[in-house]
Parts: sequence; C-alpha cells; structure tokens
Amino acid sequence: MALLEMKGICKGFSGVKVLQGVDLQVSGGEVVALLGENGAGKSTLMKILTGVYAADAGQIAIDGETVSIKAIPDAQNLGIEMIYQELNLFPNLSVAENFLIGHENEFRTLGFVNYPLLYKKVGETMAALNLNRDPKESLGGLSVGEQQLVEIGKALQKDVRFLIMDEPTSALSRAETERLFEIVRSLKDKGVGIIYISHRLEELFAVADRVTVLRDGQFIATVKTEETTERELVSLMVGREIEERYPHVETTPTEIVLRAKQLSTQFVQNVSLEVRAGEIVGLGGLMGSGRTEVARALSGIDALKSGEIILEGRKLSLRTPINAIRSGIALVTEDRKNEGLHLPFSIRENLALPTLDARSRWGIISRQKERENAEHWVKQLRVKTPTIEQSAQNLSGGNQQKVVIGKWLSCNPKLLILDEPTRGVDVGAKQEIYQLMNQLKLEGKAVLLISSDLPELLGMSDRVYVMHEGVIMGELQSGEMEQEAFMRLATGGEV
Amino acid sequence: MERIIKTIKRYHLGPTIGLIILIFILSFATAKFFTFGNLRNVALQISVNALIAVGMTFVILTSGIDLSVGSTLALSAALASQLMVGHVNPWVAVIAALAFGGVAGAVNGLFVAYAGLAPFIVTLGTMTLFRGMTEIYTNGMPIYNLPQEFAKFGTGTFLEIPIPVWVMAFVLITAWVVLHRTIAGRRIYAIGGNERVSFLAGVPVKRYLLSVYVVSGILASLAGIILASRLGSAEPTAGVGYELDAITAVVLGGTSLAGGEGTLVGTLIGALILGIIDNGLNLLNVNSFYQDAVKGLIILAAIMLDRKKSSAR
Repeated sequence: MALLEMKGICKGFSGVKVLQGVDLQVSGGEVVALLGENGAGKSTLMKILTGVYAADAGQIAIDGETVSIKAIPDAQNLGIEMIYQELNLFPNLSVAENFLIGHENEFRTLGFVNYPLLYKKVGETMAALNLNRDPKESLGGLSVGEQQLVEIGKALQKDVRFLIMDEPTSALSRAETERLFEIVRSLKDKGVGIIYISHRLEELFAVADRVTVLRDGQFIATVKTEETTERELVSLMVGREIEERYPHVETTPTEIVLRAKQLSTQFVQNVSLEVRAGEIVGLGGLMGSGRTEVARALSGIDALKSGEIILEGRKLSLRTPINAIRSGIALVTEDRKNEGLHLPFSIRENLALPTLDARSRWGIISRQKERENAEHWVKQLRVKTPTIEQSAQNLSGGNQQKVVIGKWLSCNPKLLILDEPTRGVDVGAKQEIYQLMNQLKLEGKAVLLISSDLPELLGMSDRVYVMHEGVIMGELQSGEMEQEAFMRLATGGEV
Repeated sequence: MERIIKTIKRYHLGPTIGLIILIFILSFATAKFFTFGNLRNVALQISVNALIAVGMTFVILTSGIDLSVGSTLALSAALASQLMVGHVNPWVAVIAALAFGGVAGAVNGLFVAYAGLAPFIVTLGTMTLFRGMTEIYTNGMPIYNLPQEFAKFGTGTFLEIPIPVWVMAFVLITAWVVLHRTIAGRRIYAIGGNERVSFLAGVPVKRYLLSVYVVSGILASLAGIILASRLGSAEPTAGVGYELDAITAVVLGGTSLAGGEGTLVGTLIGALILGIIDNGLNLLNVNSFYQDAVKGLIILAAIMLDRKKSSAR
C-alpha cells in the first residue's frame, strides 16, 4: 500500500507564518481527517500537496521516496486529486460535458467528441455513485448535493491514489451524506488514501480512521478515532475546553410574533407555523424539503399563492424583500457568498446596506453614523478584523457570517430567520453564533432556525417543525428531540 | 492627503501615471502644449465626451452598457434646434431636449430593468432606432440658423473659462456627490457588485437600473445641446461613435466593465487622457492616419498598467 508523508511543512505569506512544521501521513486504504479551525492552515497544507503553492521548507514523500510537487500537474501525475468545497463545475453544460472537460482526449474520435462513448462512460460512473440522472441533463438542474457527487465522479475518472475531500458534506442532505460515506468506504477498500476535511465532528467518527489536528499553523496531534472523543477533539482544536456543544438556554416564550397560516407557494404547500417572542423555533427536513423556500416566502422573495403571514397581529403583504425588511422580518440566507455579502465591499458598507435610510439625511449618507454602526456590530459580534474598512472577502467564513448576521440585526428585526447560520464556520465561531442566538432569545426576539446539521437543530431549538416534500409533516416539542423521530418525519413517515 | 493618495493608488494608478507621462512628454515636445490657452482648449474639447462618460459611468457601475448615447445626442440636438428654428424660446427648447433625453434613457432602462433584456442588445437596438429617427426628423439635412443667444451657451465664457467647461465641472461634481456620498450612489455600486445580495437587502434594483439609463440619456442630450451650440447647427450624423469614446474614457479610468467598481475621478482622468492625446498629436502635426493608431497604443498601454496593479493587489 502506498504511503504519503508530509514532513515539517512550513509556509509563509508575506512574512506571516501560516504553517510551521506540519506533519501529515496517510496510507492507502485509510481515511485521515484533517481537523482545525478556519485559519488553522488546513487549506494551505492541502494546496501545497496539490501543487497550488510551493512549501518554504519540508518534504513530501510517497513510499519513502521524496517527490517534488511544483505545480498542479505534478500532483495529478502522482495520483493526488482534490475535491474542493466550492464546486468547480459548469452549470450551463450537461452533466456529461462536465465530465468531458479536462478529459477531452479520452473521448476524441477524429477530432470530434465521441458523444455515445461519453454518455456510456459517464452513465457508468454515475451509476456507481448512485446518481440517478440523465447524463444529457443540464448540470444546473441538479441539486447541490448531486453536483457534489458529479465533482467526486470527476476526480475518480482519473487514476487516484490519494484523494483530498474538503468539506464534501457541507451542502449535502443526510441521505446524500450517507451515500457519500459509502463511496468513501468503497474507495478505501480499493486502496485509495483519503484526506478528509470537515467541521462536523460526528462525521469524522463515521468515516475517519485517524484525525490530525492543526491549530494556528502548528501540528497539534494525530489521534486514532476509536481512541478519542468529540470533546477531546474540540479541545485539541480550540486549545481550551468547550463546555457544551449546543448551549441551550431556557426561556418562557411570550406572545406570538409570527403566525404563518396555510402558506402555499410554487414550492411549498399549506405551511402553517408560529414563532413566539423569546423562542428559537427550528425548521428542519432533508435537502429540498422546502425549508429554505418557507424562509423565502416569509421574506418576500417567493410570491404566495395562498395563505397569510401575520406579524405581531398585523397581516403582511410581501411583494419584495423590502416589504419584509420594513415589516421586521430579516433573513440570513444560506449562501453567504452569493446572497449574503458584497465580497469586495468593506465591512462598514456591508453592515449598512439594508439600513442606509436610517444613516442618512436628504439622501446623503452620514459616514459618522455608518462608522458607528459598523464599530458597534464588529464589537458586539466580536468580528475579528483590523479595521471596519477591511473588505469582506478577506474575512474567514465565521467572521463573514457574523457580518451578515450583524447586517440583519442592525435592522432590528422582530423575526430573524437564520438559514444554515453555521455552515462552513469553525467551532469557535459556531459557539459564538450559538451564544448570540441565545442572547437574542433572552432579549425576546423570535428566531426561526433552519439547519441541516441535525444535532445543532435539535440542540439549539425549543421546538422543531419537520418538512418533507414541501409540507410540514409534524412538530417535535422540547421533550421529543430525538434524531430518530426527526428522520421518520423528514422521510415522510408518521410519528 | 493620505486618503487621496490611497484612493489614487487603489483605483487610478495606471491612468494617473499615464496622464502625467503624457503631460510631461507633451510639455517638452511642444511649447504650445502647457499654456493656459491650450489647456483651456483641451478642457473644452473633452467636455462633450466627459458628459457622456459620466452617464456611462453610472450605467457601467451597474454592470450595464449604453450604446445609444451617440444617437440620443444627435436626436436631442436636432429636436432642440428644430424647436428653436420654430421660434421656441431657447431655454424651453433645451429643457424639452433634456426631457427627451431622459425619455430615451427610460426606454433603455425599461427594457433592461423590467423586461430583463441584456443592456448591450437593448442599447444596440435603440442606438440604431434613435439614429434612424434623427434622420427621419431632419430629413438627413443639418439644421442651421440657430438663435444667437443659444450659440453663447457653447461658445461663451465665464471668468475666461468656456461655459461647456463650467457645465462639465458642475455635472462632474454633482455626479461625484451622488455616487460617493448618497444612498443612491451606494446602491448603484451595490447592484453592480452583486445584484442578488442587493435585492435581498431591500434595494429597489429595477428602479435604480431604470434611473441610471435615464441619467445617461439626459447627459447625452446635454452633450448634444452643447455640441449643437458650439457648431451652430445640428447634424443628423452628430455623435456617431461617441459611445465608444465614452466607454473608453470610463474603462481607462479604471472602472470595471463587470460593474461595482470604479470612480468618477477615474472617468475624468480617462477623458483627459483621450483629449490630451488628440490635442498633443495635433500640436505635433502627426499625420491623421497615424493618430488613431497611436491613440490605440496609448490606450492599451494605460490599461495594461492598470491591470498589473489590480493583479498585484
């Protein structure tokens, strides 16, 4: 079995040391999880392995022989492939054509694309991944989870010896995650060495043999999964003990803030739900069950076909997001980069965007007020940044998310909808977001939480509505927060 | 001061260097260049293009484009002139022409914002449409015999500075305040930066898209009025190709065609570079065949400088 060793890897960017002597080993047929907070150096380490960056010092060896990886093709020739967290696909091309890009030579006949061969090969790959779609279909029509499987399929097209998977499940539903784990296990059986990056600890216990922990660019430890606990991993990662993963606080919910009555849109049917002041209500379900679409209906993005939205006793008519924002409903969307932030804009500008009217006079923006607002939220939410003029794209995922949340809190909403608020966010920042949710709850805000991280959803919510195919199947009260009960509802079964 | 240097570094490094080098070279190459009279002339020469380019900056910041400005200019000028020849008060004629420019822009804006069509296609269509309308309206003939007081608008001076230059300065300053100090300006940048995020943050995206085309139309019309006043006539072929000059000025000034990034100062620098190239090549008696080629090379060089800086950032 092949053995990949990285030893004493160091890397700095303009004087800042990002990696300081990191070791990593993975052998064929083994899954090694790489764990660490955002900024711990995981991505940089993987980019060195795949030839994106060159290491300042240290060695990479395969089967004891030092190899030189100077560019991406070098890594590919050694059989090292990486599946990135962000999808690198062409939504406008067909599924099969996505497989074709980068492999044109294999499907070339007299200079033309041999489509029958392509469809046949891609069909086989897709069948192996249990992806039941037509290869001729446009990729954009697939769910994010299915697209992720296409990415995996693409990487497997080559002769892979070592596969790096960066947060492969961040957009997957539970069923899709299970499918992915099966694929990981079968690759393992075939002797592929896998480096698996994920923030979801429970996943590591499901797939990884060993876990290597990095913190602030330093190698901390490598532990066997069977000999460790989530708690130990978290403290290795953070460098201190974290009390509770889901710090639930008890409140007494008061009056009903939001009452949705029989909402139907293009995507959901007869959704009725209530959220009280001082309450975190969960909205769960598998991917595509209509959770996000309920949030969209409540925020004036999707038009209602029928039903009523009543906020603090007043019936709302929401035609655009402006109506929802003015009425006091704010939505933190799941897609931070495309829907939440203006990446090139500064923190100050991002925080002020929905509330410019309040920070201006005669249409002229008051820099002073804008700055005060930004300083306030950066401090309040503990956004780690040298200045409020920092552009949002330079922030870590967790800090970006804090800026998005701050942007909506500055509207002082009555109802805050959080759609996947901790996706792609490291443990430390996650804790801070949980604390913040609890603080809002204590202040008497109404919070609607959507999450595909099931322990998080059940741990943080006071009640959970469960959806399946656009319909609310049932509600779990505080005493009934069991994963099994949830899954039964989420898959369409009865309680 | 530090902030100004920072802003220049961030957005205008290439164009600023280009402009300084140009001024430097021309000052040595010909004694006539760096004189008050000539610089005033340059300012007058660029005023028409600068006005169009200001409107174009608004449109491009939203990641749009307005190809119809040259035709709007011609049609507005013809309309104002025809009214004046028909003894309508020049002020009324000018206001009517400006209003028409706004309507022409609104046509573009409605197609782009509410019908969701691509700005390039829409304005390509209206460019041809407005040109055709101008030819029909003028019967293909220039309109002469404009009133004396109207001619003053384009040829008169105030404090030794030509009135079109004052108009350009006024428009630039107003537009700068709008873009960099007001809610409207911030939202225009936001829409160009990411339309989806802006929509979700409650920005009335469609209304703003419509407005930038209206602004562009009005400024094109204003440029047309100045041109007609300077020439003393409205030509049916006036403004052909002006849309490209305006786009060149905007892009030279470091504004991204993808939207969301750029400044009005950059656009002014861009317009100055174009004007100074023309002026300098004339002063140096460069054969007019070579002028365009040299101009093209200088534009490419300036943009290269700019891109080098952005990739280093």
